Amino acid sequence: MTWLRDHLGDVLDLAVQHIYLAGVPLILGLLIALPLGWLARRYRALYPILIIGTGLLYTIPSLALFIMLPLLLPIRVLDPTNVLIAMTIYTVALLVRTVADGLGAVPDAVNQSATAMGYKRGRRFVSVELPLAVPVISAGLRVAAVSNVSIVSVAALIGVQQLGSLFTDGFSRAFVEPILVGVVACVLLALIFDGVILGATFLATPWLRAGKASG
Amino acid sequence: MINNILAWLTDGAHWQGYDGITRRLLEHVAYSVTALLIAALIAIPLGLYVGHTGRGRFLVVNAVGAARAIPSLGLLFLAFFWLGPRLNGDIAFLAPAGLVLVVLAIPPILSGAYAGVEGVDPDARDAAKGMGMRGPQVLRHVELPCALPLIMSGIRSGMLQVIATATIAAVLGLGGLGRFLIDGLATQDFPQTASGAILVAVLALVVDLALALVQRSVVSRGLTGRYGTVQTFDAGTGAEPPAPALQPSGSEEPPQSGG
Repeated sequence: MTWLRDHLGDVLDLAVQHIYLAGVPLILGLLIALPLGWLARRYRALYPILIIGTGLLYTIPSLALFIMLPLLLPIRVLDPTNVLIAMTIYTVALLVRTVADGLGAVPDAVNQSATAMGYKRGRRFVSVELPLAVPVISAGLRVAAVSNVSIVSVAALIGVQQLGSLFTDGFSRAFVEPILVGVVACVLLALIFDGVILGATFLATPWLRAGKASG
Repeated sequence: MINNILAWLTDGAHWQGYDGITRRLLEHVAYSVTALLIAALIAIPLGLYVGHTGRGRFLVVNAVGAARAIPSLGLLFLAFFWLGPRLNGDIAFLAPAGLVLVVLAIPPILSGAYAGVEGVDPDARDAAKGMGMRGPQVLRHVELPCALPLIMSGIRSGMLQVIATATIAAVLGLGGLGRFLIDGLATQDFPQTASGAILVAVLALVVDLALALVQRSVVSRGLTGRYGTVQTFDAGTGAEPPAPALQPSGSEEPPQSGG
C-alpha cells in the first residue's frame, strides 16, 4: 500500500475528474430524458420510435462511440467533452424508457383528480406526475450512475484522464497496485453515486412516508 | 476524413489475410459466442433455480448489482496479471480475457433468468400445480416458457457486454475487431481506428437484431399476443407499453450498458 500513500493526491485528482465525467452526464441525461419520456407518453406513436432509437444507441460499445463521435461533431477524440457527450448519450438512452414508464405508472385517477382541481397540463406534469414517477426514475438513474462510473474508465484507452488511467498506467508498467486501487476506487465511487441518488430520492418522496407518519 | 475512412473500409487488401477484417470479424464473433454460451450454461440453470426456489435471492440480487460497478478494463488487467504468469504461449492472454468475458456476461443473464421465473403469474403456477404437475414439471412447462422474454433480454444484454469487452480486450493482445481500434490508436492511424469503431458498432447492432429475431421466434405467442392469422387485439400495432408499479420492485431487469 506504499504506492497508494505516495500517490494519494494523484488518485484523488483522477477521482475528481472521474466524478465530473460520470456525474455531469447523469444530470444532463436526466434533463434531456424528461421531455423525451414525456413526449413518448403524450404521443403514443412516438413511444416505439423513441424506445427503439435510444435502444440502438445503447448497443454501441463505448470505445467505438468515443472514437465515432468526433466524426460527427467538431470535437477531438482526446477532448474530455467527447467522453462527456458519449456518457450523456448512454444516460439518455437508458432513462427515456424509465421516464416514460414511470409517468405511465401514475394512476389515471390521480391525473384526473389533478385536472379536476384545475391543474393545467404543464403544472400537472411538474407538481403531480413527475413527483409520483420519482421512484421509478430513480431506479433507472441508479443503474445509469453505476454503469456510467464503470464505462468512463474505458476512456483511458483514448487518453482521457480519470481513474481508468490507473489501469493503463499499471498495465504498461506491469505494476498491479495502481490497477487494484483503480478498481476499488471505481466501485467506491459507484457506491457513493448510488447513495447520493438514494438520499435525493428519499428527500423527493415525502409522500411515500406520509401515510406511515400520520397513521 | 470520412473519405479516408471509406477508402480504408473499401480497400480490398484490408479485408484479407491474417490482419484482415474478415478474419478479425470472425474472431470477434467466435470469442463472443463462446463466452456467451459458457456464461449461459452457468447463469440460466442457476437463475432458474434461484427463481423457482427463492433460495439465494438476496445474494444474487446484490451480486448482480455489484458486478455492474466493476470496471471491465480494470478487471481485464487484473485477470491478466493474475493468470498470465501461470500460463504459457497464446493461452497466457486468451485465458484471462476469456475468463473476464464469461464473468461479465453472467450477471445480466442470471438476473434475467431469476427475474423471469420470479415474475411468472402466480395463478399460472397454481394452475399447473392444480393440474398435478410436480416442481420440475412446473419449471419446465410453465415457468421457463413464461420467463423466456426476460431470459432473452438478459442474453441480449450479456451479448452486448461481451462484444464491448472483447473490443477493449485487444489491449491484452486478443484478436478480434478491437485490434483495429487499439493498434490504430497506438499508431495514430485514425482511418483504421474509426473503421474499426464503425465495424464494432455495426457488429453489435446486427448481433442484437439477430437475437431479437431469435427472441421473437422462441417466445410463445401466447405471451406476446402476436398471432399470425387470428387478429385478437391490437397485434403488432404498438400495444400498450408495459407499466411498472409505482414502487420499483427490484425484480425488473434494467437494460445493461454495452460497457
